[in-house]
Amino acid sequence: MTDLSLHMAHVDGPAEEAGLRDYWQLLKPRLMSLSVFTALVGLLVAPEGLHPFLAATSILWIAIGAGASGALNMWFDADIDRVMKRTRNRPIPSGRVTPSDALALGLFLTVLSVTMLGLTANWVAAGWLLFTIFFYAVIYSMWLKRTTSWNTVIGGLAGAFPPMIGYAAVTGTTPLEAWLMVALIFMWTPPHFWALALFVKLDYHVARIPMLTVTHGRDETRRQTWLWSLGLVAVSFVTAFTAIGGPLTLAVASVLNAVWLQRAWAVVRRDDLDSDADAHLAERRLFKWSLIYLFAHFAVFVAEAALGPYGGW
Amino acid sequence: MHQDHELHVRRRGRNFGLLAVLLGFIVIVFALTVVKVTTGGFAEAFDHVARPALVPDDGATPTEDDE
Repeated sequence: MTDLSLHMAHVDGPAEEAGLRDYWQLLKPRLMSLSVFTALVGLLVAPEGLHPFLAATSILWIAIGAGASGALNMWFDADIDRVMKRTRNRPIPSGRVTPSDALALGLFLTVLSVTMLGLTANWVAAGWLLFTIFFYAVIYSMWLKRTTSWNTVIGGLAGAFPPMIGYAAVTGTTPLEAWLMVALIFMWTPPHFWALALFVKLDYHVARIPMLTVTHGRDETRRQTWLWSLGLVAVSFVTAFTAIGGPLTLAVASVLNAVWLQRAWAVVRRDDLDSDADAHLAERRLFKWSLIYLFAHFAVFVAEAALGPYGGW
Repeated sequence: MHQDHELHVRRRGRNFGLLAVLLGFIVIVFALTVVKVTTGGFAEAFDHVARPALVPDDGATPTEDDE
């Protein structure tokens, strides 16, 4: 009897001892870094300003909130992660962390980050952080990711909220400028991800995730990449004419958008045969530019704010 | 001679990591309290007496000299 219970315990428990690194990996640090950067920009461009220590700790709570949604996502997606090559070695599918531990960590960090952001900054920012975690973990991970090919678009919305949370942490409000930063990331995410999907053979079909490249084909993905690029450019130019923009933003956005459109057009006007022939050069170039694009666009908002009376219109 | 249990040896790194996180949290909460108290307006809680600071000075308030 004793022997049997020991064996059972071994089967249910983790395969090997989880280290701190495994718990850190549960928080999806790469996703967290994007949230930290965009939230910091939102916080810096907001009028009035916040005490430096309150600003730094607000960013910390937003980062922990992003980590909480990552842990909840990993907990729910463990079955998918188990069958895909790219994700097979994550802490839960590899057996180092039990699903219940991941769930407990995600829920605990949700409560901690939202409460602490409310006490540090204000409850408007805390409310939006809670909504973002709910949106990513429940609406995206549990529901839409497995049911619609527009999952990339919807998932992108969850990643778009941090600059608005940063802005709200300072002002307690979410005006047009904050929403435009959300819109910019929202429009940026699909073409960024589809460019990647066109040159990396991701095995989503094995896990039955309805990605656009599989459900609507690669040609349609190219067409959608172009359409969303046009939307992105429109939002980008609108931001230049608001309180967070100015002549400098307009100049930088013009360059960023011109290169983006040129590279997106190179992707849409060819098919998979051309793409295979040059090892997906155009798709790779668009993907690389998308990384520079987002960083530079948000950096110019900060530069505009730093210019003070010399920045803006 | 005292010997650590194998479980404690195995989890030493993790436990020290958790200790560092908890200590960091205490430091942050303490520093937040200091910043909030020193930079924010002091709370004016109801203390069962009328506070002169909240009474508008319209010249009608009786003083001791009036009596």
